[in-house]
Amino acid sequence: MEHRAALEDLLFRMADDALIYGHRNSEWTGLAPILEEDIAFSSIAQDKLGHALALYTMLGQLGHPDPDTLAFTRQERQFRCCHLVELPTQDYAVALMRHALFDYAERNRYRLLEQSSFAPLAALAQKVRGEIKYHTFHASTWLRLLGREGTDESRARMQAALEMLFPYALGIFEPSRYEDELRASGIFAGEEELRQRWLDEIIPLLEEAGYRVPPLDSVQPCYGGRSGYHTEHLQPLLDEMTAVFRIDPSAEW
Amino acid sequence: MSHSVTLRSLDPRVERLGIPQEQPAFEGVPEGTHLQTFEVFHQAKSGARHIHVGSIHAPNAELAMVFAKEQYARRSECVNLWVVKSSEIITFSPDDADLFATTPEKTYRDASGYKVMQKILAWKQRLQQKDTDQPSSSS
Repeated sequence: MEHRAALEDLLFRMADDALIYGHRNSEWTGLAPILEEDIAFSSIAQDKLGHALALYTMLGQLGHPDPDTLAFTRQERQFRCCHLVELPTQDYAVALMRHALFDYAERNRYRLLEQSSFAPLAALAQKVRGEIKYHTFHASTWLRLLGREGTDESRARMQAALEMLFPYALGIFEPSRYEDELRASGIFAGEEELRQRWLDEIIPLLEEAGYRVPPLDSVQPCYGGRSGYHTEHLQPLLDEMTAVFRIDPSAEW
Repeated sequence: MSHSVTLRSLDPRVERLGIPQEQPAFEGVPEGTHLQTFEVFHQAKSGARHIHVGSIHAPNAELAMVFAKEQYARRSECVNLWVVKSSEIITFSPDDADLFATTPEKTYRDASGYKVMQKILAWKQRLQQKDTDQPSSSS
């Protein structure tokens, strides 16, 4: 198959983002501020694991092992997720701000992929459109409620989260060495195009919700995740996520 | 000005607290400071009626939609939801239940008072009779 390496690199980035982000958000299950929100946030986390499953399955069809093997047996160095999704969140403001920053990027990524020349990816983009619309609706509602419509404390905590997370969010769009190939083959319009579309959407959204967006020229994007260099937080996450699997890798579930 | 009723508790511990007799009037919960209750109506198919399925707590109308989707549309077919602030529903007081009490002698108002079923049965019987009267056209 043509462009195989480029396609696989894209699929691993997306799948690993969805898996690690979904796992991180699932850590709020039972702990989120109110019962209804707990259920909503857990359900969104579950959707992300579903996206990861679909993408790992696609990689399986390209000759890689089954989704469980890909998710639970790879070394930290083999993961291609961005740093943003690895960060632990002790403050729900950080969880919600990351949710907004990440899911608006996901929305734009899948919108671009609806036109992908790789048919399974275009079909997946169509399929998850409604879910991601719901995820961004949830995120933007909280952004407004805790921003312009919130209290001094909620605004301050969300603003601090934004300033802390913004360099990591820009790390989502770390370019790969396959950008030209992905664009030319029509598989994906590329990280730079995605970054521009994300900025066009997220900056007005954040400003309308009552936050100050850090000036772009003052921010150094956190790169490295896409080539396997991760934050100190990924390995402990993998240890915990794979603990049950490692007890008996051959178990039937 | 409220009545200066001296309500003394029977519990001596409450007495010792020295709670002032004149309480400021309760102004209600300011909008947005506390979760509100919303009633949820679920529509299973396009064109079907929305059916009341329960209530949820949410900080505002939009999150009420989000939470309603999770609570009531996650595990069953759904094409739309309505959420309505519970406080905005116009209702009779439970004290007015007597408005709906049908007096026993007005049974003629009950739908079951109509003798339709007997007419239907009679018609069916006539139809059956006709069938058996006709000569068989088989063979």
